[in-house]
Amino acid sequence: MPKLFIDGVMLEAGDHQNLLQAVLSLGLDLPYFCWHPALHSVGACRQCAVKQFKDESDTKGRIVMACMTPATDGARISINDPEARAFRAGVIEWLMTNHPHDCPVCDEGGECHLQDMTLMSGHNYRRFRFPKRTFTNQYLGPFINHEMNRCITCYRCVRFYNDYAGGKDLGAFALRNQVYFGRTEEGTLENEFSGNLIEVCPTGVFTDKTFKSHYTRKWDLQSSPSICQHCSLGCNIAPGERYGVLRRIRNRYHHEINGYFLCDRGRFGYEFVNDAQRIRHAVVRSEERTDDRRMIPHEEALEMLKMLVLTSTHIAAIGSSRASVETNFALKTVADPGSYSSGTGRTERLLVKRCAEALRSSAVRKASIRDIEDADAVVVLGEDLTNTAPRMALAVRQASRARVLAQASKLGIPHWNDAAVRALEQDHKGPICIATVSHTKLDEIATHVSTGTADEIARMAWGASSMLDTSVAIVSDLSEESRRTAEAIAALLLHAERPVIIAGTSQKSETVIDAASALARACGAAAKKAGLAFVLPECNSMSAAFIDGVPVEEVASASAQKDLLILCEIDLYRLMNPTEVEQFLTGFRHVVVLDHTQTRTTEKADLVLPVASFAEGSGTLINNEGRAQRFFSVFPAADDMAESWRWIAGGLSVRTPDRMRPWNTLDDILRSIASAVPELSAIVRSAPGAGFTVEGLKIPRQTPGSSGRTAVRAHQTIHEWKPPVDIDSPLAYSMEGFQGQPPPSLTPFVWAPGWNSVQALTKYQTVAGGPLIGGSPGVKLLTEQTARTQASTAIPPKFIRRPDEYLTVFLHHIFGSEELSARAPGIRERSEAPYLGVSAEDAARLDLQPGALLTIEPSSGTGLALRLPCAIVPGLVSGVIGVPVGLAGLEMLHLQSPEWMKLRKDA
Amino acid sequence: MELPLTKNIRPGREPLALDGYAQAGGYEGARTAVREMQPKDVQSLVKESNLLGRGGAGFSTGMKWSFVPMDNAAPHPKFLVANADEMEPGTFKDRLLMEDDPHQLIEGMIIAAYAIQADIAYIFLRAEYTLAFTRLAAAIKECYASGYLGKNLFGSHYSLELYLHQSAGRYMCGEETGLLNALEGKRANPRAKPPFPQVSGLWGKPTIVQNVETLCNIPHIVKHGAQWYKSLSLTAESGTKIYGVSGRVNTPGAWELPMGTRMRELLEVHAGGMKAGLKFKGLLPGGASTDFLVEEHLDLPMDFSSIQKAGSRLGTGTMIILDDHTCPVGMVHNLIKFFAQESCGFCTPCHEGLPWTARILRSIEMGEGHMDDLDLLAQHTVMLRPGNTFCALAPGAVEPLQSALKYFREEFVRHIVDKQCPYRKFRASA
Repeated sequence: MPKLFIDGVMLEAGDHQNLLQAVLSLGLDLPYFCWHPALHSVGACRQCAVKQFKDESDTKGRIVMACMTPATDGARISINDPEARAFRAGVIEWLMTNHPHDCPVCDEGGECHLQDMTLMSGHNYRRFRFPKRTFTNQYLGPFINHEMNRCITCYRCVRFYNDYAGGKDLGAFALRNQVYFGRTEEGTLENEFSGNLIEVCPTGVFTDKTFKSHYTRKWDLQSSPSICQHCSLGCNIAPGERYGVLRRIRNRYHHEINGYFLCDRGRFGYEFVNDAQRIRHAVVRSEERTDDRRMIPHEEALEMLKMLVLTSTHIAAIGSSRASVETNFALKTVADPGSYSSGTGRTERLLVKRCAEALRSSAVRKASIRDIEDADAVVVLGEDLTNTAPRMALAVRQASRARVLAQASKLGIPHWNDAAVRALEQDHKGPICIATVSHTKLDEIATHVSTGTADEIARMAWGASSMLDTSVAIVSDLSEESRRTAEAIAALLLHAERPVIIAGTSQKSETVIDAASALARACGAAAKKAGLAFVLPECNSMSAAFIDGVPVEEVASASAQKDLLILCEIDLYRLMNPTEVEQFLTGFRHVVVLDHTQTRTTEKADLVLPVASFAEGSGTLINNEGRAQRFFSVFPAADDMAESWRWIAGGLSVRTPDRMRPWNTLDDILRSIASAVPELSAIVRSAPGAGFTVEGLKIPRQTPGSSGRTAVRAHQTIHEWKPPVDIDSPLAYSMEGFQGQPPPSLTPFVWAPGWNSVQALTKYQTVAGGPLIGGSPGVKLLTEQTARTQASTAIPPKFIRRPDEYLTVFLHHIFGSEELSARAPGIRERSEAPYLGVSAEDAARLDLQPGALLTIEPSSGTGLALRLPCAIVPGLVSGVIGVPVGLAGLEMLHLQSPEWMKLRKDA
Repeated sequence: MELPLTKNIRPGREPLALDGYAQAGGYEGARTAVREMQPKDVQSLVKESNLLGRGGAGFSTGMKWSFVPMDNAAPHPKFLVANADEMEPGTFKDRLLMEDDPHQLIEGMIIAAYAIQADIAYIFLRAEYTLAFTRLAAAIKECYASGYLGKNLFGSHYSLELYLHQSAGRYMCGEETGLLNALEGKRANPRAKPPFPQVSGLWGKPTIVQNVETLCNIPHIVKHGAQWYKSLSLTAESGTKIYGVSGRVNTPGAWELPMGTRMRELLEVHAGGMKAGLKFKGLLPGGASTDFLVEEHLDLPMDFSSIQKAGSRLGTGTMIILDDHTCPVGMVHNLIKFFAQESCGFCTPCHEGLPWTARILRSIEMGEGHMDDLDLLAQHTVMLRPGNTFCALAPGAVEPLQSALKYFREEFVRHIVDKQCPYRKFRASA
């Protein structure tokens, strides 16, 4: 640990740091712009200047840029040196020569790093007396607003967008004080991580367009610690609300998951919460199940539910992978034995179980996103990560630099010297192998790419396993391409120190999951214990591994008497085709649907109960690595909305009062879960309970600067009203409470004196860019245990294409494939129109032009035909048909697993 | 007086083709080096000759090469780049060498490349040097045809590919690392040092970037030895130097002379003295990014150390003369405006400081200056010092300004007090 002398005080820095990181990590203030904890140093802005002295006798010293100077043992620096201070003030003065004085009307005002740094540097009086430079702004799509006049040319945007996230359409143009950061022409920023520009930009050049459409100042936002609902990774988010409208999503740092960055689906998908289709009141349908519906008040709805529960001889319940653990547990409790489903079909249920089983094995490491980022070899099997788990794709991109970083170390180049490492990197591809059904965006950073059907990918992985571990059976008739890829993978894994294997459920095939698990085990047998990560379909898919149910299809058959069916936060039409849904539902005497947004399923309900979304309710989600994380309501549920589990708890109270103590609060149900499901016993620890206080105070969701708390309702009363009480969490719907730093799982926003922007985060970390003080939120639930079932060693048969039939493969889209985010207008705008994907070879053979209409129909004859325009999808192998998942219009085609299709083109 | 660099050059004559160049003793140095010497020996010889880089920094060439990894594990390909992006205002020495004796540069590059065991060499040529382009391209073609470039040079095991790259044109491309970025097809922003290009240069590989004139010296050093080379000079700094004079003198031009030739000799003998009716007022000794020197300095020898002691830099050794009918404020404004325009936009002091400085100078020159402006200008000359900025562009840019404020301060004051440029009356006759 190097010892530094900072303004005469001896302090200990971390190893391999630069002076800026060291200074910030020690809790000192030093202004900066171009440095970013994840993007590191380039030395462009010259803001972090300090004086460095050679030794004790050196009184003159020289100005150095802290971010570009290694924090070596014995280094003597001064932050307060008058010359260094004057230089830093001078840098701000220069930046201000062209920066508009539009803070009062700027979106960034109040959370602007430039504002903070200007105050910190002490520049206040303007001496530049010439006209300012002005730019023309660009339209950059539905997510990002562009205001180039505010730019201070720190280069963070292009460094994040191009260097870090692999973007291609944002550039730095022109020279001197006219450098322009934008696209070559107006148009949507194409990269899936463009939203991070909002947080990366130290001022208001790139701002949140969705936020702008219902703008409010940062200090007036009510925020809470929350978890993203739009994929299985469980990225930590900080949503902000005012006046009952969810205004925006900001990244909430989690060292092992999302770090500093979110994907655009996660950042901009939130607007489903503000959707006009939200269900705000209970609705009851006439006995005859006609279109005659009437709204009923909360109490009446609850009474009706109680009555249904009381009078039903049999209760079946279907939960959901997008509903919380609490909700699913409550449903399972209310349902009769064997009549609860976690809301997944036969295949998906099996896949999730397989994934959990594999992760429980002691032969593998459960890889977090951070582990993937730090991996020195990554094998991706079957997942188009950019579209199924975008934040993980971003991590794989960073892993692709492992070799270059190792080389930099050899040459004595510190890893924080970003431009130097990038110069070394050039377009060297990382130790990454990708095998998917079609070409993916990540292929550009891969050393080996191959495409094939899910089974072919599995066979290839088995092949690689057999090369690593002689106890694995050899795959005899592996294709030439698969054999080459298998050899490459085996060689890669054999030499890796920290390999990670990634697979998932997106191809609805257990063969890929089994093969990936086997490969990870083989890797452990041959060399180093491999990391294993799975991508699951939805934000709480993993909870089904703990709260097991029967497949959805079996709920009807298992219920001898089809009496009461409770559906919770699930649209059955996304699981079955319309005929099947209707058959399924009509069988039951009463159908109760709980959801936050209208779906076709809610239309079929006898009773619809309004549910709080993640923004209005609290609960727990279990992410893809088995980590339970709590999300807390951002604002109190309005109207008659309540969390699903709370509705069920109310309804249940009449039926089985003896089975449990009443669930009045989140802590009540969490305690029940912990005692009922041993493997979930740690779930109570995923965040402190409602009784938690600091210094006897709750944690405020509102900022100390929250304005006008007595003025907002001045037209009604000039008295301050009592804040709503939150019985479920240690958080308060108030600005009053503990004003220090709460534990990480309870941190709704970051702020420190003088640090009003997201850069205040440094003050919450043990080391700038490192873990949060207090540890990473959440608790890992998947404990190592001996396999309950023998791991499958079945090698799937070779794919043999059929003359007139096509095997489905599944194509995913970051925008459009996920149910909730697809309701957000911006996401909808970015979504693709539905299509059927064909291979280039088949298109040529069938003489198909892109856009030609195709009809597909399951060869089995069960299921509906679907007619859509075709698109040629690069990388698809001949004999398959690509079906995009979740796009509007494709729900009609419900495929649980790959199926053979008949294909007909329009004459 | 031996003048090796220009011995093949006759004004008005086409440069020597390969045959003529070889007959005049050309490629003997290259042949000797590649066939008979170890790379390390070539490096030692050049180091011993005390050849100092002619691009302006005056760093020992042999020393620079010694930082290139030479062991068997050294990364390949290694690169040699001739910096032929001669963009320094007032500088036209490399142009002379490339237009009139292209083979000399190529030979120098072969030896330098061999010395560091480079696999690939580039000439990064200023966009506007179209004649040099044509002549270099022809010379390179001749070399490939005769086995002087390509595989197994002179029948040895050493191979070298040489590419001529025409710059898209920006001052910044002449900066060593900006040049590398430009050559890679990126923005010509400079790179931080360390790592130095010798360790991680072009495409992250070991690279030497060398000025054209420097490279042209090398064949002669190999041919005649280090002692001979040292004897060419009048001072401790070896060799000859291409000096140049521009401004309102009778015979502006460029001449090869022994290193350490006195400024007065350059001005009065070679440049023929000031034009009739004009008096010498000051000079920039080595291009636009060096400090002014005045009458009292004229008897100094033009070498790196002497000029440095006088508070300026030898730079490229091509002087720009200021006469008594030209406004020093206008001249400094002109120069700063150029540098502000050419700022790559990477670091704040440069991309904001220089345009501001240029604006202030313009307003003073227009008679709209404030007395406070002088403090602002002075402050900029301090704030834009080396180390404060990312590369040497801005520190170089403010050198003429800081010395003008020292030697011609009263002229600035007069502009501000009189609210006009006192040199306006001379403008019509200029």
